[in-house]
Amino acid sequence: MSYFDQFSRLFADYDVVGAFWVNIQLTFWAAVFAFLIGAVVALMRISPVPSLRLLGGAYVHIVRNTPLTILMVMAVLALWTQMHITLSTDFKQNFFNFAVAMLSIYHAAFVCEAIRSGVNTVPLGQAEAARSIGLGFLPTARLIIFPQAIRGAITPLGNALIALTKNTTVAAAASVAEASVMMKKMIEFDSDVIFAIFMTFALGFVIIVIPVGLITTWASRKWAVKR
Amino acid sequence: MSTAAPEGGTAAISQAGAEVRLSGVNKWFGDHHVLRDINLTVKPGEVVVLLGPSGSGKSTLCRTINRLETIDSGSVQIDGAEIPAEGKALAELRSEVGMVFQSFNLFAHKSVLENVTMGPIKVRGKSKREARELAEALLKKVGVVNQADKLPAQLSGGQQQRVAIARSLAMRPRVMLFDEPTSALDPEMITEVLDTMASLAKEGMTMIVVTHEMGFAREAADRVVFLADGAVVEENTPEEFFTNPQSDRAKDFLGKILNH
Ligand SMILES: Nc1ncnc2c1ncn2[C@@H]1O[C@H](COP(=O)(O)OP(=O)(O)OP(=O)(O)O)[C@@H](O)[C@H]1O
Ligand SMILES: [Mg+2]
Repeated sequence: MSYFDQFSRLFADYDVVGAFWVNIQLTFWAAVFAFLIGAVVALMRISPVPSLRLLGGAYVHIVRNTPLTILMVMAVLALWTQMHITLSTDFKQNFFNFAVAMLSIYHAAFVCEAIRSGVNTVPLGQAEAARSIGLGFLPTARLIIFPQAIRGAITPLGNALIALTKNTTVAAAASVAEASVMMKKMIEFDSDVIFAIFMTFALGFVIIVIPVGLITTWASRKWAVKR
Repeated sequence: MSTAAPEGGTAAISQAGAEVRLSGVNKWFGDHHVLRDINLTVKPGEVVVLLGPSGSGKSTLCRTINRLETIDSGSVQIDGAEIPAEGKALAELRSEVGMVFQSFNLFAHKSVLENVTMGPIKVRGKSKREARELAEALLKKVGVVNQADKLPAQLSGGQQQRVAIARSLAMRPRVMLFDEPTSALDPEMITEVLDTMASLAKEGMTMIVVTHEMGFAREAADRVVFLADGAVVEENTPEEFFTNPQSDRAKDFLGKILNH
């Protein structure tokens, strides 16, 4: 059987695009929430309040050093099975939401550190000038520091997004039927075309991730803050 | 339209200056005693030039006046009111004390106009239109109104510093602090900034200026305060100070800067 025939068979028997669509949705929602949580934690880590800084630091160090799979399994076994917490009345949506929640919590730590590296690209004088015209901590952060920090953090944020995209496969541990689950099924039932199977999924992720890299490179140039 | 600005509308943009009073101010950086028992009163509308060797504490002293630097003992008062320690009250006070930095520190991601309207809109709650009119008037006053839509990085150093002055003035400050405002500028741009400062001095602004520009000190300052090792060593009128310094430290310092 030619490779072309092998791929056609896989694509005919399985909804490959549909499976990857789940990963794309997981990526999208987790990216949104990871960014929001990460921005808040970053704000805590640069705040003048010592207890907030401590809390933010603790978050990053604990979450970043816990394997994502463990967070996923914990979500399902501890939160759902044990504590009966649900994030949706729909059975499948519930798992999807748990996966998004855990991906967001986990990747927020990396988003936070990316934003912090961006904050370090903003000269101290920017904050001093903002304070000297009477802006308080939050307005200074929101109007002056963050907009410049984000632009300085586009490359590390892009890297965090790429890692998140690939880590959506860990959602399988929370029973979400995404691409890696389909791959396991194919390996089980179509092991004669194993090479085509691996190519399908490797290429699938490459196709999703390459634009992210290209866009961040382009954006980091376009939006660079000129000093 | 206006009946109140007979000189052509450029005057009266700033408020009447306030009094600044430092009493017994001490500050340490770790073991390093950088301000030693500073007593200094700057009268409303007075222009004081701070002079002194590098590391003598000029910047630190300047920065205590809007509490960008905290103090360990003593008091700093503006028009008789102690500077608030923190929070909203401190932010409010800072909005009335303009500060111009050596490195301009214009908001790099905002246009020139936005740099000037930021404070009036976000701190004073002015409407966009009102803030824009004020900003345009101030940019005109400092001579950069035709650059309003550019980003700071597209301006020369002298233009950036004049925008920074306009940004401070937009808050209608009662005191202006200048920390070596011309030290980062090419020689041909120094005059334009000093001229802007001199006209501000004439309008009755209280100004505290760290500068090594003797011409400005002689022309615009009411008083020179000479610092060494964190203490006020000598103060006098510019004329007296430059022609007849009393302390050895001042003589030594003037000898160095005048003979290079
Ligand atoms: N953030 C800081 N931490 C520790 N020491 C500091 C800090 N800022 C200033 N200093 C020290 O305090 C002293 C006074 O510094 P300051 O910047 O006020 O001097 P200056 O008179 O403005 O000097 P220059 O003419 O070089 O600007 C110096 O010895 C300096 O090294
Ligand atoms: Mg200095």
